[in-house]
Amino acid sequence: MSTSAATARAERPRLLERITASSSWTVYALLIVVFVGILVMNPSFGEPMSLMAFVKKAAPLIILAIGQYFVIVSGEFDLSVGSLVGAQVVIAARLMDGEDSMTWPVMGIMLLFGLAVGLVNGLVTTLLKVPSFITTLGMMLVLYGAIRLWTGGAPTGALTEGFRQWGRGGLFGSPGEFQVPYALLIVVVLGVLAALLMRRPYGRTLMATGNNDVAAAFSGAPVWWVRTRAFLLSGLMATVAAVLIGGYAGVTAQVGQGLEFVAITAVVLGGVVLGGGRGSVVAAMAGALTLEALFTLFNQLSLPSTIRPAVQGVIIIAAVAYAAVPRRPRRRATAEPPSSAEPSSPVDPPSRPKEPAAT
Amino acid sequence: MRRSRALLAGAATAALMFTAACTTDTPTETAPEGTETTAEETAEAEGSDDSGANSDWFVQADFDRELAQRDIAPEGPADQPWLQAIEPEFVDTSEFASEGGDKVLCFSNASVSNPWRVTGWITMQQQVEVLEAEGVIGEFRVSDAADDDNKQISDIQAFVEAGDCDAIIVSPSTTATLTPAVEAACESGKPVIVFDRGVNTDCMVTFIHPIGGYAYGADGAEFLTENLDEGSTVLALRILPGVDVLENRWAAADKIFSESGLEVVGQEFTGGDAAQIKDIVTQYLQRGPVDGIWMDAGDGSVAAVEAFEDAGQPYPVFMGEDEMSFLRKWQDTEMTAIGAVYSNFQWRTPILAAQMIWNGEEVPSEWVLPQDPIEADELDAYLEENADMPSLHYAKFGGEDLPGYPEAWTDR
Amino acid sequence: MSTAVTTAPPAAGAPPSSVRRRRRLGSTGIVYLALVGILLISVVLVGLRGGNFFSQSTVAYMLTQTSLLGFVAIGQTFVILCRSLDLSVGYVVALCSIVGATTMAGDPNRVWLGVVAALAVAAGVGLVNGLVISRLRVNPFIATLGVGLIIKGYLDTQFKGPAGSVPASFQGFGYTRIGPVPVSTIVMVAVAVLGVVLLTRTRSGYHMFAVGGNVDVARLSGIRTGRSIVLAHVLCSLCAGVAGLLIAARFSTGNALVYSYGLDLDSIAAVVLGGTLLLGGRGSVAGTVGGVAILAVLDTTFNVLDINPFFKDVLRGAIIIAAVALYARRQIDPASSRARFLPGRRAAPSAPTGTSGPATGGASA
Repeated sequence: MSTSAATARAERPRLLERITASSSWTVYALLIVVFVGILVMNPSFGEPMSLMAFVKKAAPLIILAIGQYFVIVSGEFDLSVGSLVGAQVVIAARLMDGEDSMTWPVMGIMLLFGLAVGLVNGLVTTLLKVPSFITTLGMMLVLYGAIRLWTGGAPTGALTEGFRQWGRGGLFGSPGEFQVPYALLIVVVLGVLAALLMRRPYGRTLMATGNNDVAAAFSGAPVWWVRTRAFLLSGLMATVAAVLIGGYAGVTAQVGQGLEFVAITAVVLGGVVLGGGRGSVVAAMAGALTLEALFTLFNQLSLPSTIRPAVQGVIIIAAVAYAAVPRRPRRRATAEPPSSAEPSSPVDPPSRPKEPAAT
Repeated sequence: MRRSRALLAGAATAALMFTAACTTDTPTETAPEGTETTAEETAEAEGSDDSGANSDWFVQADFDRELAQRDIAPEGPADQPWLQAIEPEFVDTSEFASEGGDKVLCFSNASVSNPWRVTGWITMQQQVEVLEAEGVIGEFRVSDAADDDNKQISDIQAFVEAGDCDAIIVSPSTTATLTPAVEAACESGKPVIVFDRGVNTDCMVTFIHPIGGYAYGADGAEFLTENLDEGSTVLALRILPGVDVLENRWAAADKIFSESGLEVVGQEFTGGDAAQIKDIVTQYLQRGPVDGIWMDAGDGSVAAVEAFEDAGQPYPVFMGEDEMSFLRKWQDTEMTAIGAVYSNFQWRTPILAAQMIWNGEEVPSEWVLPQDPIEADELDAYLEENADMPSLHYAKFGGEDLPGYPEAWTDR
Repeated sequence: MSTAVTTAPPAAGAPPSSVRRRRRLGSTGIVYLALVGILLISVVLVGLRGGNFFSQSTVAYMLTQTSLLGFVAIGQTFVILCRSLDLSVGYVVALCSIVGATTMAGDPNRVWLGVVAALAVAAGVGLVNGLVISRLRVNPFIATLGVGLIIKGYLDTQFKGPAGSVPASFQGFGYTRIGPVPVSTIVMVAVAVLGVVLLTRTRSGYHMFAVGGNVDVARLSGIRTGRSIVLAHVLCSLCAGVAGLLIAARFSTGNALVYSYGLDLDSIAAVVLGGTLLLGGRGSVAGTVGGVAILAVLDTTFNVLDINPFFKDVLRGAIIIAAVALYARRQIDPASSRARFLPGRRAAPSAPTGTSGPATGGASA
């Protein structure tokens, strides 16, 4: 009650402040700056075909960022997604082996496999109380080794055209001309679903769990199941990302390597706080888009390949540092009335941060 | 107040970045001098082609030698390229001759972390099985270092200390770093065989390798130069910086491109990841035409070709490798291409060399195997021969006469 | 303020149970018990193959494998105790191997100069890590990942491959052995002893535990928390610097590609395997050495048994998870670990009411 009144009162005069107060505004600003930079360097990037090519490349990371967001916001990590993406592409190639009729059955198997990995990650983390950093690190090693053990070290088989179209093809028009990539549609659909999910009770419980799992447990949330579902979602998203990456570029032995760190970086760049409980899924997606755009900008600037990691490092530290500092004082302005209205007790914090986060 | 705090943070970041730069900069003041002198000294003193610590990776003498070796007919049986050698200088191995079979053969492998090594490793195991069946080899002991030089040093030490290896084969992970370990192995009195990448010593009985990185890079670069008009653009795709064999390939290509009329629009590191390769090629195509692609290894070459298809651009003149998915794509698209070869059959040679050494037969001290690229007129023959082979298999693997063929390679 | 109040009940509940458990078996005790167990299994397995696990060469192999990861993991222990983490260690090792080797430039008289230069650079990187985390309040994961990327960019641009050379006298650090025991392992144990003394006998050490346990309580009791975090990161990078020197001694040159060995994640795994809580505040250097030893025994056994390298990864991953799950059940009291969890999580929402608003960033970060 008091909360909604407070936010309503604050709504109109502080529109600008609300935009800048949200912890993720830096990512949108950075995204615009990077895009303007690319367009200045190379106006042809604005052409529909170039943009669509960029979308196809960026789609898998955006989807991985969605999955990683669920896990991070619940207060955990998922380091196994890179290995999982690699494993899924290799599984697809080996099981399909170029047989068109196998496309859908194999995609079903991939889905189950992705969910199974997520389930194991989730249960080991929640029920066996292994820190998720270690659980998913171990899972990363297991998947990396197991998939190579299975294929003898290098991927075999081939992906079918029916499988590859999802990452490579599009609607309207023929290959080599302008098309609306399936990847774009998938990203939009999944992004909307994820944003809706975060507004549903599950999303709020997830956020509360990340914020304070003890309090969430006191208020009746099945913390273990909430977190396990986050890992399931991460496994699911990694599977979709694998379909898109495999479709986009085909099979190589290196596919997926290092993606986990890129995905986590993307999510954090989007203003999502590691440790959980804060940040929006749309901003996480924007973080992924920004990171991909940054890679493109480096290319357009003809920056030597070797120096790029250094520039990337400076930018992510600077962006996160900048986002970390001004946020708290500003946030205080919007958050103050509710928290002074009700004295904090172990139970209420989970309900508290939901408001600022959901707006 | 808040604003000033934000500014402060920004300033602090900037300052920190500067400090970071300064701290990491300190070593460079001494580094270049140290590095260059070492490189020159090593290069002059040993005339080795992989002299480790050179800053620009280009040694004219090695470049000239490797390019010349391509035109020299190798000695040895015509149908067994893995036993051929270019201008061999034979050394006497009678000191290692020993009676009896059931030898213990020890192999320190750098890794099986890429498809080329996986294919070669299968071939090697098949060759070992033949000799095991003949009773020559009793035990084949393998340590895989997973690309960790430090572990490989320990692996070699362990073989030396175990003392029961009748021969030690080393496939070094990095040239410079494994030199002390290989020297220690030589001192143990066991015959040491080094293959693929070298080490900065000549203490081993034989060093087996194909012609080399310069020849590999030059094959592709010359092909592009011949098939493209002056002023055409070439994009170079590379895997990693700092790996000697790969740096040599690029050094040779860079040299040839700089003397040709071709314009190199970019050289990019891709990590061999198909998605990266496709993205980078796509971006270059957005900025302007790319007429030729040079790659320092074939991994992901199909993705590069697809980038042209998806952008609706004509196929470039392409340098790939003898890897099956590329060869198949080449046939499908009928583009102008060459499949450079870093002879995969070299994985058989060390096993056979060990047998020769135990028999006291002469072996070349530097065993240079032939290394011929696959050209358009040979393409169909290689595809037909390897029709059952999976993607990421290498056409010149040279294991067709081994008993495990073809299942060992198809069901790896 | 409110933080302190709400933490009280679970914190008060924790000590008795943890004291009781500790009497039964300390966390380090469990680690070494696990080590003995794995050793026994290894001895039996190797024995069944007709080998001798305690042969001089096998023991030497195992101890050599321990040293490199040992240095890095000891350093990592300090930062993890402070509830931080360092993903830049692999890059620091690579950088220091190159700084050491290029400064020495093969001249025996410059050995000490090289050692000092490498350690100075390492300390500098640690200082930057620590300041970015404590002052700019960047999450340690991102801060150290970013610093690592910066070093990677520098290394890749400046050094394409191995650089510098190490005089024979310094190579002894990597190769000399006393019986089956390499000098590097002795140095590693010495560093570990120093670490134990620092953590259990000095004020700085107590402060690290306090900061990792509850940064707000630590601050309220007058600890300069930022300073502890910076110190931990400097120590961590220094240890990585020693590891870099060991690499230089073993390779007789510096090599930038060392950063791809996965030392960052391996060291974190070793620390957690050693019974240190990833959330900070509890753990020990002795446990870490035990964790490193467990990994080394596994590696050696896999090597002696000639296990497929890919199967090694599978086993390693599974064993790490299983071991930590075992600790979680046996030793780490859920109530006490929750208590640690609580303040960090709670700090954020309650921050607006308190005056310590900006300061709590360190806790949730």
